[in-house]
Amino acid sequence: MSALGELKRERIDQLAARAGQVPEGEGGVSLTRSALRRLRRDPVAIIGAVIVVLFLFVAAFAPFLAPRDPLAQSLLSDIRPGFIPGSQEGFPLGVDNLGRDLLSRLIYGSRQSLMIGVISTVLGVIVGMALGVLAGAFGGRVDTLLMRFVDILLSIPSLLMAISISVLLGQNQYALMIAIAVTQVPIFARLLRGSMLAQRGSDYAVAAQALGIRKSRIVFGHVLPNSLSPVIVQATLSLATAIIEAAALSFLGLGDPDLARPEWGAMLANAQAFLSIRPELAIYPALCIIVVALGFTLLGESLREALDPKFRR
Amino acid sequence: MSSVPGGPAGAPVLEVDDLAVTFARRGEQATRAVDGVSFAVGASETVGLVGESGCGKSVTSLAIMGLLPRRGVTVSGSVRLEGQELIGASDSRLRTLRGAHMAMVFQDPLSSLNPTVQIGTQVTEVLLEHRDMSKSEAATEAADLLDRVGIPDPSRRLKEYPHQLSGGMRQRALIAMALACSPRLLIADEPTTALDVTIQAQILELLRELVVDTGTALVMITHDLGVVAGLCDRVHVMYSGKIIETADRHELFARPRQPYTGGLLASVPRLDAGRGTPLTPIRGSARDAIPWAEGCAFAPRCDNAQDDCLTEVSGSVVPLEYDGPGRELRCRHPLEHPPAPSGATAAGAAR
Repeated sequence: MSALGELKRERIDQLAARAGQVPEGEGGVSLTRSALRRLRRDPVAIIGAVIVVLFLFVAAFAPFLAPRDPLAQSLLSDIRPGFIPGSQEGFPLGVDNLGRDLLSRLIYGSRQSLMIGVISTVLGVIVGMALGVLAGAFGGRVDTLLMRFVDILLSIPSLLMAISISVLLGQNQYALMIAIAVTQVPIFARLLRGSMLAQRGSDYAVAAQALGIRKSRIVFGHVLPNSLSPVIVQATLSLATAIIEAAALSFLGLGDPDLARPEWGAMLANAQAFLSIRPELAIYPALCIIVVALGFTLLGESLREALDPKFRR
Repeated sequence: MSSVPGGPAGAPVLEVDDLAVTFARRGEQATRAVDGVSFAVGASETVGLVGESGCGKSVTSLAIMGLLPRRGVTVSGSVRLEGQELIGASDSRLRTLRGAHMAMVFQDPLSSLNPTVQIGTQVTEVLLEHRDMSKSEAATEAADLLDRVGIPDPSRRLKEYPHQLSGGMRQRALIAMALACSPRLLIADEPTTALDVTIQAQILELLRELVVDTGTALVMITHDLGVVAGLCDRVHVMYSGKIIETADRHELFARPRQPYTGGLLASVPRLDAGRGTPLTPIRGSARDAIPWAEGCAFAPRCDNAQDDCLTEVSGSVVPLEYDGPGRELRCRHPLEHPPAPSGATAAGAAR
């Protein structure tokens, strides 16, 4: 076999040198960033995100989007027992039994529903996570004690629990948020505790222990970040539940005492009496609730897949 | 019974004396995973613990590091690191020793690194924990460490996540973390098992260099006799929780005395064996062991077993006895080797 020619050898060296180089800006890809990247490629996630963003946009810019004042009454002369005017010039979806523009009320109603959903879920996540971290970090007796408490909470049907709490706290929207939050707490506590216990026995936690890292640092720096993804997913899904529950509670008359303020659940409750005359009064708010809940659910489901480390590359 | 004084220089770094670990579960009979293990490792010395899965190697290492759970586990005996007793030491005391004076490298480099945290953070964390360093000093030191274990372009790697590194590089990063504070003792628990063969050789070479350079005592836990042959000075063969044979590397390969050691050596596949030649495994599996109190645990699988391998007086264990200079043996009917130099073919002798 003859030796490589001088030119060939040079060329090989050049190619090898180039292969060794790494393109700039290819640094670390964090979990969140790679999850976002995967979300962007997932059509289901995009549909969910579009729905959620759309409703958030509507809620944020309600005063500019609503054609009329949601409290102003008009067309009163047309409203008779047994008749509520439908869609017409200036009132694209018609008016309700008190002559208020339905579209404007739906638009303003998104504010209330989303706010209750978000705040109650955030409350639930914070308290639930605190309980979960305590149980997951300490284990043993603390864990047993907290989990029995959570079990008790879980054994009460969530709607019943929410009703009792809002009755207890009085009829206002803060009570409503707290009531819904309380029903979410055990779910998050259990979820986080479970995934922390699983992560605590993992190799990297033992390895960190073998390197003499202090326990608080192992729990908060290693175990917790790896246990969060089910909680994030559940939070997104819980938003949908919270919105539905908020609607259900206002439907039952436990929501905002100010009945004039537009809120989907209350609108739905109000429309009951006129179902035979104008079913649209119930259909539109119901549709809003369903679509928002669907948006959050779709987003949550694809988030679950995106955050799954098994799909990480 | 006493441990063989190891190491060329003075007092051993690690002395393990009569270490026993028992796992107890409610309503079940307690399992003795490690049963009276004694050995010593000196500075710059590499000692191998060899045996099949389930023979107690890993439990031994976890017991030394104090990483076994407290509940349901009883550890007795003595483990001294540079003269300090570790068994019964407080959690906080152990924590300051771990990482700084003794460190461990685990089997699976991917799962031993936190997937959500950058490599750099994981390396600097160790430095910040044990060494009085500022964040920026630790970052520089971390880059140095990665460079020392042969990771190219360390400052870029520090910003990457474990899944972006190759298997060999992950193990290098873990070794860097283990060596961050120049520990006196490093325990490597099958550090090459999850790696492919070419990387295995590199990692072993790296470990050898580091041990020689820094004078670290290395305990190598493995079931791979190739690793033993390449790296270890002394070898302890374990079976069913006990050391059954101790010898220098060359001695062990040339003249295995315990039939189990002989079987291990014979079962290594040989490249020069003809095509279709069957492998020579050891009969049965590690689960066939009998309790040491009843006799030699290996007897059910042993070709040399005779009546007196089972103890007549229950409770008298086959002792670990002196077996020539630097050797110890726990066997009543060891393999005999002719004094002729042809004893080098261990495989032949074992059958």
